[in-house]
Amino acid sequence: MIYAQLLWSFIQIGLFSIGGGYASLPLIEHQVVDVHGWLTPLQLTDIITISQMTPGPIALNAATFVGTRVGGLPGALVATFGCVLPSCIIVLALAWVYTKYKNLGILRGILDGLRPAVVALIASAGLTILVSAFFTSGAFSANLSDVNGVNVVIFAVCLIVLRKWKPDPILVMVGSGVLGGLAVFALQYLN
Amino acid sequence: MLKRGVGSPCTRKGEPMQKKNCYLTLFLSTLKLSAFTFGGGYVIVPLMRRRFVEGLHWIDENEMIDLIAIAQSSPGPIAVNASIIIGYRVAGVLGALCTILGTVLPPLVILSLVSLVYAAFRDNAIVNVVMGCMQAGVAAVICDVVISMAQGILKLKKALPIIVMVLAFVGQAVFHLNVILIIVLCGLIGAINTLQMCKKGGQDT
Repeated sequence: MIYAQLLWSFIQIGLFSIGGGYASLPLIEHQVVDVHGWLTPLQLTDIITISQMTPGPIALNAATFVGTRVGGLPGALVATFGCVLPSCIIVLALAWVYTKYKNLGILRGILDGLRPAVVALIASAGLTILVSAFFTSGAFSANLSDVNGVNVVIFAVCLIVLRKWKPDPILVMVGSGVLGGLAVFALQYLN
Repeated sequence: MLKRGVGSPCTRKGEPMQKKNCYLTLFLSTLKLSAFTFGGGYVIVPLMRRRFVEGLHWIDENEMIDLIAIAQSSPGPIAVNASIIIGYRVAGVLGALCTILGTVLPPLVILSLVSLVYAAFRDNAIVNVVMGCMQAGVAAVICDVVISMAQGILKLKKALPIIVMVLAFVGQAVFHLNVILIIVLCGLIGAINTLQMCKKGGQDT
């Protein structure tokens, strides 16, 4: 019974979270805090924090976290399955249409119209991460003491390296975490 | 013979790959990508571009943007949607199953482990510092892919896509318009533009 509830809740989360990322947060909150009381609001905040520290989409992270708490490993599996099921069906249908008709005039037109929008949306998501990395308060601030100097340097170095040598982005991300972390602890030690 | 080559882009160094190896490559590629999508779904774009466009040459740059557009317009996490489309595009429904599995496994395993010790993980000073620095690296990775993609749009030397790109960015970043609204509007603009060009073309001939 609990597995059926988990499945149905996460199918709804998967189905109605359009727009990605934090668009799914209110849905997750509604299902797991308000409707079923599987998590307290504080635990949900923890999931958001942990999601920012671990890889993977927040909806999938929440599925595993809630599923494990409510029904152990089978619970995690069921919730994850429910979360990706709507995507599978809808995206496969769209992918089929795309491969079959991608050179059809009107579909080509729509996709050509979406192309600049996709670039803009990625740029906007990038800006959000940039602001949260640059300012210790997490939001834009004109106060110079709020600027995270180490992160500004890391960003500049990473971008130059990426443009110039085109390395694997994974290496750049991991490198920035490890070398940046070492730099922060070295600075703390020196002070 | 020719048809098989056209149907599946599954090749290594120009030679068609065995089906089994193709599924394995899809699974392992998405497994690795998913394990490193720190900082939200969009990080999957530079990672996929690196692997499937620049590394394996299975799809081209423009098709990659098409696939992201579809992933963005569908419900569910973008990283999952993008994996499903890549898998399907390269090796059909079975390919999509391989990429879904590859994408959900890392969060499933990592969160299962973290949920056991989550308070300790959340409050760990080293984890927090490393993740904070990583955010700057993630921002650089996204910035890099945006520069490359925007250059592709600018190179078209057409006014409409450039205007759409700027307006969509302002709409989302400044006015926080709904993503769905932006996608529907831009799709409509593209459709109307194509219809008008067809009309013009019809009159000319």
